[in-house]
Amino acid sequence: MIALVLLAVSAALALGIGVKARSGHVMGLEQWTVGGRGFGAALVFLLLAGEIYTTFTFLGASGYAYGLGAPAYYILAYGTLAYIVSYFMLPAVWNYARTHKLVSQPDFFAQKYGSPALGVLVALVGVIALVPYLVLQFTGLGVIVVAASYGAVSKAAAVLIGAAVVTFYVIISGVRGSAWVSIIKDILIIAVVLFLGLYLPAHYEGGVGAMFQAVDKAKPGFLAFADHGKSVSWFVSTVLLTAFGFFMWPHSFGACYTARNAGVFRKNAIFLPLYQLVLCLVFFVGFTAVLVVPGLKGAATNMALLKIVVTAFPPWVVGIVGATGVLTALVPGSLIMMTAATLFSRNIVAVFRPGQSDDQTVRLAKFLVPVVALIAVYFTIAGSSTIVALLLMGYSFVTQLFPALLCSLMARNPVTRQGAFAGIAVGVAAVVYFTVSNETLATLFPDWPETIRDLNIGTVAVLLNILVMAGVSAATATSRRAVPAE
Amino acid sequence: MKLIGLLAVIPFIGMFAGPIFHNSVTPFIFGLPFILAWIVAWVFIASGTMAVIYFLDPARTAPEEGL
Repeated sequence: MIALVLLAVSAALALGIGVKARSGHVMGLEQWTVGGRGFGAALVFLLLAGEIYTTFTFLGASGYAYGLGAPAYYILAYGTLAYIVSYFMLPAVWNYARTHKLVSQPDFFAQKYGSPALGVLVALVGVIALVPYLVLQFTGLGVIVVAASYGAVSKAAAVLIGAAVVTFYVIISGVRGSAWVSIIKDILIIAVVLFLGLYLPAHYEGGVGAMFQAVDKAKPGFLAFADHGKSVSWFVSTVLLTAFGFFMWPHSFGACYTARNAGVFRKNAIFLPLYQLVLCLVFFVGFTAVLVVPGLKGAATNMALLKIVVTAFPPWVVGIVGATGVLTALVPGSLIMMTAATLFSRNIVAVFRPGQSDDQTVRLAKFLVPVVALIAVYFTIAGSSTIVALLLMGYSFVTQLFPALLCSLMARNPVTRQGAFAGIAVGVAAVVYFTVSNETLATLFPDWPETIRDLNIGTVAVLLNILVMAGVSAATATSRRAVPAE
Repeated sequence: MKLIGLLAVIPFIGMFAGPIFHNSVTPFIFGLPFILAWIVAWVFIASGTMAVIYFLDPARTAPEEGL
């Protein structure tokens, strides 16, 4: 009971801050979505770092370490490399977005390639990719409420309650609220993870080193990559796919518009890699759980962290950990819902309805928020995936935008708008096919060498994307309208 | 992006080299399994690399410029 009360208090607190943060700012389109482009280094840092400390890392990373072992390390590697990419990419994106007063990611593609149709496609890809990402946050919320109620609340009810809170939060708050709640969330989660990551291995195994020795003894090879399946080749391809896709998420891309100047990104690229080292401690919790609460399989591995906390601590500690978890789902969940709704309203509907005013766009977006929530709730309750698998599915989609974006930043873009459109369309179609048919390279080409068979299927879709983009661009190059150099 | 940008390739190569050439639990380093220790080390090196690039980057003093 005390645990559930603490969850409710944290949600109420977040709502209060969200309301407070909006006061003094008229919530027009630019305020609601990009905070009026007035965020300094600290707030942008937190919005971009919001990606690091979400339900994904808290429950997903610990669960992945628990369920699969070494493959979880990829999470530490891809974030680091993504920030390196951001150093070179985001200042250019920010600069162009500011010059052209862009609000969203599809705006950028539409403007760069002079093609509203490309903007609609990019918006669609974004909305599709955001659904598994939102499902992931709701899955996390559900797991937390179920654990904190000690099973008294069912999964479906827990997901519904969580979704309702996030929906309410988004409608009243906007991006400013998210930035401020991010601060509290990050402080709480770092404190909780530091404590759990050091205390649990020490308490059960006598220390981190001893804990790893014990895991290695219990499951030989678990702490290095397997020879088949999630092998080194999977690791390399997955890290590349996700590192390049990191800032292709419409909400991360959009969050970079909130910066006051471009230098913000360069400085952040030095510190963000270190900031995510706390992830190591999340792994420690997951690996300790292997020894203490063994037996969880498949989607149940999402429960690993909470299960060991429930086993090790009294209810009020479970409440604090759960409350932290609620915030880690609330902030990104709200950003995702806001982004998906705005994309749909502004970059899809408005394109087909000329003359739609900004007020109408915001009103439609706010109306769409609960719709998006309900769709995600449906998939959350119907589905049973690990949190990491859901995120990787989203990444397969968003990374399809990277090749066209990268080329558009070149002084002389070799890619035509037809090439960009065809490449993205083929890449996304390939991901949909692989996802629906459950095919991987291993099932398609059982005779090919292990190194190729284990490649992340998303990277294959990106390769197809690049090939088509290059081919179509070459074929349409002569009909290309000269795009002015930026 | 000038030549110093090429420095940024180093962490990519480094991050992958460990798992590719020595995919093994041992030796444990500071109590961590080898691969995890390797990746953590490269997180630090990546951060350091970006700091070097930052201080050598002409774009730092001309923040309004694009790629």
